[in-house]
Amino acid sequence: MLLQVKDVTRAFGGVKALDGVSLAVAEGKVHGLIGPNGAGKTTLINVLSGIIAPSSGEVFFRDRPVHTLPAHQLAALGFARTFQNIRLFPAMTCLDNVLAGQHLVAPRPYFPRLFCLPSARQEEKELRRQAMACLVRVGIEFKAHFQARALSYGERRRLEIARALASRPSLLLLDEPVAGMRRKEVQEVGDLIRSLAAEGMTVLLIEHNMSFVMGLCSTITVLNFGRTLITGTPDQVSHHPEVMEAYLGVREHHA
Amino acid sequence: MDLLAQQLVNGLFIGSVYGLFAIGYTLVFGVLDILNLAHAAVFTLGGLIALWLVETCGLSIWMAFPASVLICGLLGLLLDRVAFAPLRQRADSNFSGLISSIAMAIIFESAALGLFGARTVRFPAHTVSVSVWRWEGLSITSLQVEIVAISILLMFALTQFLNRARVGKAIRAVAENDRTARLLGIHVDGIIAFTFFISSALGGAAGILFGLYFDSLSPDMGRSIELKGLAVIILGGMGSIPGAILGGLAFGLSEVLTVAITGTSNLRDAVAFTVLFTVLVLRPSGLFGRKKLREA
Amino acid sequence: MEALAQFFAIYGSLINFIGINAILALSLYLTLAAGQLSMGSAAFAGIGGYTAGILTMKLGVPFLPAVAAGSVVAGIAGLLIGLPVLRLTGVFLAIATLSFGEVVRIAVLNVDITGGAQGLVGIPNHTKTWGIYLALMVVGYGIARLRYSRIGWCFESIREDETAAKAMGIDTTYYKILAFVLGAMLAGFAGALYAHLNYLITPREFGFSVAVDLLIYNIVGGTRAWYGPVFGAILLTALPEILRGTGITAGPMRMATNGLILLAVILFLPNGLVSIFRRTGTKREKSPLAASEEA
Repeated sequence: MLLQVKDVTRAFGGVKALDGVSLAVAEGKVHGLIGPNGAGKTTLINVLSGIIAPSSGEVFFRDRPVHTLPAHQLAALGFARTFQNIRLFPAMTCLDNVLAGQHLVAPRPYFPRLFCLPSARQEEKELRRQAMACLVRVGIEFKAHFQARALSYGERRRLEIARALASRPSLLLLDEPVAGMRRKEVQEVGDLIRSLAAEGMTVLLIEHNMSFVMGLCSTITVLNFGRTLITGTPDQVSHHPEVMEAYLGVREHHA
Repeated sequence: MDLLAQQLVNGLFIGSVYGLFAIGYTLVFGVLDILNLAHAAVFTLGGLIALWLVETCGLSIWMAFPASVLICGLLGLLLDRVAFAPLRQRADSNFSGLISSIAMAIIFESAALGLFGARTVRFPAHTVSVSVWRWEGLSITSLQVEIVAISILLMFALTQFLNRARVGKAIRAVAENDRTARLLGIHVDGIIAFTFFISSALGGAAGILFGLYFDSLSPDMGRSIELKGLAVIILGGMGSIPGAILGGLAFGLSEVLTVAITGTSNLRDAVAFTVLFTVLVLRPSGLFGRKKLREA
Repeated sequence: MEALAQFFAIYGSLINFIGINAILALSLYLTLAAGQLSMGSAAFAGIGGYTAGILTMKLGVPFLPAVAAGSVVAGIAGLLIGLPVLRLTGVFLAIATLSFGEVVRIAVLNVDITGGAQGLVGIPNHTKTWGIYLALMVVGYGIARLRYSRIGWCFESIREDETAAKAMGIDTTYYKILAFVLGAMLAGFAGALYAHLNYLITPREFGFSVAVDLLIYNIVGGTRAWYGPVFGAILLTALPEILRGTGITAGPMRMATNGLILLAVILFLPNGLVSIFRRTGTKREKSPLAASEEA
């Protein structure tokens, strides 16, 4: 198991956004995280990515406790994420956004740049090539020199993924990666994630688009009211009575 | 001891003027999340305009005061129209609003300089008749009492207005969430303009009272109070009216006490700013401010 | 040659002043580049200036080491102030640094060694015009090259969105402090140069209105690139003289002009005046990397 979440709780004042959540993400698999609005999914991602600390509980990455680490150290360990409300760098171009995302893998030392040494040019050329490759991967390379704020909603989500890929992570945390996308785009992103997983990337994603989640994820965890309802295969989850109840309310009739 | 009590009384009086000034600041911040740095310039203009009305137009102070306050309110509308409304749509409207308020402050101050000259002036003698009351070793002038009465009256009127009147409630709604307010049918832009009107009117009032109290007016009198006003609203909590009032009083008291204790007025401001710095580092929301969590 | 000497005799002081202001504007730019609105540059300049001045005047320390010492002391002050204000953002940070600046100014006013309100008098005149502009060019170049290094990318990322920057692996605390300290050191450096220009410095020259002026140079010039603040400083420092040429001599008018320029810029050219010269559309903007490849 690449990532193990043990009994994580997170309270805001008196409200428990997360109440003893446990799950395990296997390496190289795509793990879905679903649940009604307010279930605590984004809070969990925020805790896992180090943006906020858990009130109690533990998180292990490759058997190493990481729940006390701040976001940037988790990124150094191989975490990368996207955000529910998209946090791009709006004034930068798409290419620049990805170049910025290369922070962990790009030394870019100052003095060679100060003296305009050829090694600096070489490095930049290579980094630029890799950044373009990320843009190609998500399919927005034709907008490379456009400002990020000029992109369509779906393109922005894909840019965020490209930027996340720039640091060559081993664990990708995606918060609603296909929200607001058209059918074709959703399919393309699904294919992208599948191909990333095939290359060994581990993905944990939050989504509301059920067909997307069911078709893509090998394991799904359902959250409700900050607690794990069930973790299982798409088949198990979609037929679980409590899951249906959480989404649809109390059963009046059988389907 | 008598001297100390006297200082305390003085501190309360000047504190109420600070509080009046600070309310204008905090009102705009509460509604718009913008720090209006032109407020101090309106403060200056309020005092100078009142002086002009009294000296040149021959009005009595009881006429000049409301007239000047009204004019300052109109200046507030101008501020909103020219400097803030055009920037409302921008993502960084807090910052750009701050900058445009600095620009307007410079423009207003240069207007004050141009219209009234650079000299320090004062209200003509007998503008206000002053009698002094002595009691238990304390002396209080009628002017001080009038100032504090007017300040309290205005502060009270404002609080009542915000709590009871329809427009007042609308202001509070916009302060909470302007989008929702708009959806509820509140004319947000109009409300914001009105907020500026009130805020600048109060600022101007504070300027007149300040000029009367210290018996001096100059185009740069806003400078000294600008930073103090900031300190007051940070201390009391940005966006909180009770905070501004209490903060103003506390600030006025701390000022006179610092002078009384250290025996010199040199360190007075240093103490104030050190307190301000400490408050910001330890508890930026101040005493009564709302702790706004804006992060993911 | 005659004409040049004459020109310099008349405008020499202004030219020196422009150069110093440009370096000071850059010191604020460094913190703005990392998304921090620090209004402490004037105070740090004062710390650097007084430190260097006292060293040369009272302890006979040679010029360059004194200037270096001024920078370092300002940098240390920057570290001490930068740490507690880390969590503050935007307006709160500005106010905190402003109040720090005021405390410094008042402290300097009331301490004997700094000469109090009269200021430090009798500082040897070591700063030459060519020295100022050499320093400006070196600093400007250094900052320009910073943009494409790791530090530059980190600053830019933090400025755009700090949370996203953290998630990308950037230790924002470290880089914010770095920006603060570098800015303070540069300001101290400029202050030290300034101290040795006119034999005298007073606390007034490092106060609140100077801090606001530096901000205005940055905004009017533009904060997207290093040449913005420099341009802003040059324009606004020289403006009074230019206006005098066109007949606008009155104090209020000049002041109003400054205010009107600032207002016009923030309303219509929010990226500063230099954005007129950059090819900026809403959709296409040349990547600074493309620009550097051509360089």
